[in-house]
Amino acid sequence: MSTVTVIVGAGQAGCDLATALRQHGYAGRIVLIGEEDAPPYRRPPLSKTYLSGDTAEEALYIRPRAAYDKQDIELRTGVRVTAIDRAAHTVTLGNDESIRYDKLALTTGGRPRRLPLAGADKPNVHYVRTLADINRLREQFRPGRRLVIIGGGYIGLEAASVGIKKELQVTLVEALPRLLARVTGPELSGYYDGVHRRHGVDIRLGAGVEALEGGERVESVVLQDGTRLPADLVIVGIGLVPNTELAEQAGLEVDNGIVVDLYAQTSDPDIVAAGDCTNHDNGFLGRRVRLESVPNASEQARVAAASICGKRVPHAGVPWFWSDQYDLKLQMVGLSQGHDRVVIRGSMEADSFAAFYLKDGVVIAVDTVNRPQDFMLGKKMVAARLVVDPAALADESVALKSLAA
Amino acid sequence: MQLTFIDRSEQRYVVVADRGMSVMQAAVENLVPGILGDCGGACACATCHVHVDPEWMDLAGPPSEIEAQLLDGVLDLRPTSRLACQIVVNDSLDGLVVHLPESQI
Repeated sequence: MSTVTVIVGAGQAGCDLATALRQHGYAGRIVLIGEEDAPPYRRPPLSKTYLSGDTAEEALYIRPRAAYDKQDIELRTGVRVTAIDRAAHTVTLGNDESIRYDKLALTTGGRPRRLPLAGADKPNVHYVRTLADINRLREQFRPGRRLVIIGGGYIGLEAASVGIKKELQVTLVEALPRLLARVTGPELSGYYDGVHRRHGVDIRLGAGVEALEGGERVESVVLQDGTRLPADLVIVGIGLVPNTELAEQAGLEVDNGIVVDLYAQTSDPDIVAAGDCTNHDNGFLGRRVRLESVPNASEQARVAAASICGKRVPHAGVPWFWSDQYDLKLQMVGLSQGHDRVVIRGSMEADSFAAFYLKDGVVIAVDTVNRPQDFMLGKKMVAARLVVDPAALADESVALKSLAA
Repeated sequence: MQLTFIDRSEQRYVVVADRGMSVMQAAVENLVPGILGDCGGACACATCHVHVDPEWMDLAGPPSEIEAQLLDGVLDLRPTSRLACQIVVNDSLDGLVVHLPESQI
């Protein structure tokens, strides 16, 4: 009997894992199971060009359905896995069907953190994670409407940018004293604060949400200082909760994500995990981390596929991220937490600059706006743990290339 | 449309692509190893770097400004370097030949 790999979760990681198995020459049966109806699709455009209506649903599909048949990958969508029986090596589906596996991959992703307030389930309160979320949101995303966004992270800011483009009246509420506080330094936060205000977003910082008021629909968002923000619709972007319940029920080690090693291996030798749902050992960072990012999901999926095929490929990539807001292309590499110095190269006023984050002289992260070239060079610098003269970094007459070599 | 990818060991991968698809998509859908396309074709990551065969360079055309800036940071940059996600397959590219670099990252 041929071997069977079951992949639970048909997002970016699950899809890439299935493909990578075939690329490694895996000849067994591959079953890729997703609870959403659509075939695996790219989520990043959901808060950008899909929300704005500039990208069609089919264009988000990582590949057309027929391509899975061609690779002999059994794609099962619209069905949930409800339990894992590790002893019997089976998974149970929502329709009570059971599938035996030799190797199991958990690529279960995450779900938006819910706003813990009464009224958060009303029909004009929205989250941004799935096609269904955006389809529901788009119906209400009309010019002139009053949109209140709760959360000043990437999701909130990208939604604000599309809201302005579509001529909504946008107010953005952030509980912390600055935007993007979790992911970047104060310089970038300040820059994006200015950008959004310039485009007409009403930003309220340090503003906790006290209540959602209204009848059948939320009519206003009440802040802790008593301010009432009238709202036709509300978008909540306050973080992601990893989907770890299946792993927990199966007795796998879970700690803010499914715990995996450098090779995407869980505490069960026959189970790997990849993507947003994992708390993983990152070989570059030299520590455990849970990342919410497509590049990480893709890389870790390839690592997990290699492990299933008996190859040892460490997960050691430098994390990187991107975000599109207005006409600004933000690209980030490395994790800037713990930096002791920031060097800005270029001009924030001209919307073209790079921020280099140094720790003990080493470049640990780089954020670039509209500077893809600096991003690519920054990626090399971070990967090489380069020590660079800060004065030269800030000096545009010194070619960055000469510093990255 | 037929596309051919040739890796460093001269192994050839011949794939059939639809009009309007990018060369990166065609590679990924057909399991051509060595083309990652991590950003999904957003021209943000440069993990789908290819060297266009010199004979096809005129038809494939030069990179856009943003693409050229990303290419500036890739390994093994050549005058024929392009990002496969930015080459859209059309009738004139039927038969296109591209070469794969040693590594994308």
